[in-house]
Amino acid sequence: MKIFVTDRDGKEHEIAGIDGWQIMELIRDEGLPIKAECGGSCACATCHVYVDAAWVDKLEEKGEEETDMLDLAFDVETNSRLSCQLTMRPALDGLKVTLAPE
Amino acid sequence: MPKKPPLQGLEAYEGVSVFYSVRQMERFRGKNVLIAGGGDSALDWTVNLQPLTQSMALVHRRDDFRAAPDTVNKMRALVESGGMALHIAQLKELKGSDGKLEAVSVKGPDGDYDIPCDILLAFFGLTMKLGPVAEFGINLDKNLIPVDTEKFETDVPGIFAIGDINSYPGKLKLILSGFHEAALMSQQAFRYVYPERRLRFQYTTSSSDLQEKLGVS
Repeated sequence: MKIFVTDRDGKEHEIAGIDGWQIMELIRDEGLPIKAECGGSCACATCHVYVDAAWVDKLEEKGEEETDMLDLAFDVETNSRLSCQLTMRPALDGLKVTLAPE
Repeated sequence: MPKKPPLQGLEAYEGVSVFYSVRQMERFRGKNVLIAGGGDSALDWTVNLQPLTQSMALVHRRDDFRAAPDTVNKMRALVESGGMALHIAQLKELKGSDGKLEAVSVKGPDGDYDIPCDILLAFFGLTMKLGPVAEFGINLDKNLIPVDTEKFETDVPGIFAIGDINSYPGKLKLILSGFHEAALMSQQAFRYVYPERRLRFQYTTSSSDLQEKLGVS
């Protein structure tokens, strides 16, 4: 399994996916600049990513907490997600996301 | 520190036209105020400042608010009665000159438009930034403060750092570790504060002294 993450300079990184890990954790573990200040508890909105259009519908639904927390992010789009609320699993093999601006 | 919206030229407006908190309500009397956000801070200040202002507007990215329902209802009643405006949009650009705001350009579902205003109050929560601590003259490492693991003291004697703000080999951001750091740090702080006293190490389970102080004796 792998995911593709585009950083803020437009460079795409291929990252190995680990079943059960948060997408945020995979990005952070790779050393990419994702703040994830709250550590993955949906309490800060600093792991904001844009999900590639082809993948938006394949993700788990956005919960109320996540929607609320996105109020603390900027440049929120319809494909905005908090990557701590997305869990790696085989169905997401190949997922593409882009880090949102800070 | 307050989270700042990524708007070009923001710094020039800060403290003059753009604020992240309200210290004196009087400052906003007779002004055209735009408040951004959807939480309690944004809604509380919208409702509380509205009577003072020349005009009040609230901008939020969706027509749903996580603030206390009672305050949201008050805000909606003000909109209903024409006392203020509500914009469903996101901040895009500041317009003005020399720190004096004239309008904020926003991105709504049907495109961009300008909201004329003198003041922007932005409430997007907090972010981990050192703030004034960065000017204490302490050695910093990537926005964290290196400490020793015996006393959790910085390279400036008498200044300690515990919790998420510090860094040392093996650091884990856990509440558990934070308490541990606090306990060790206190030992050294005691020696600074009471250089002539001997530190008596006691347990709350057995010390009647401590139990009395805690009010559990």
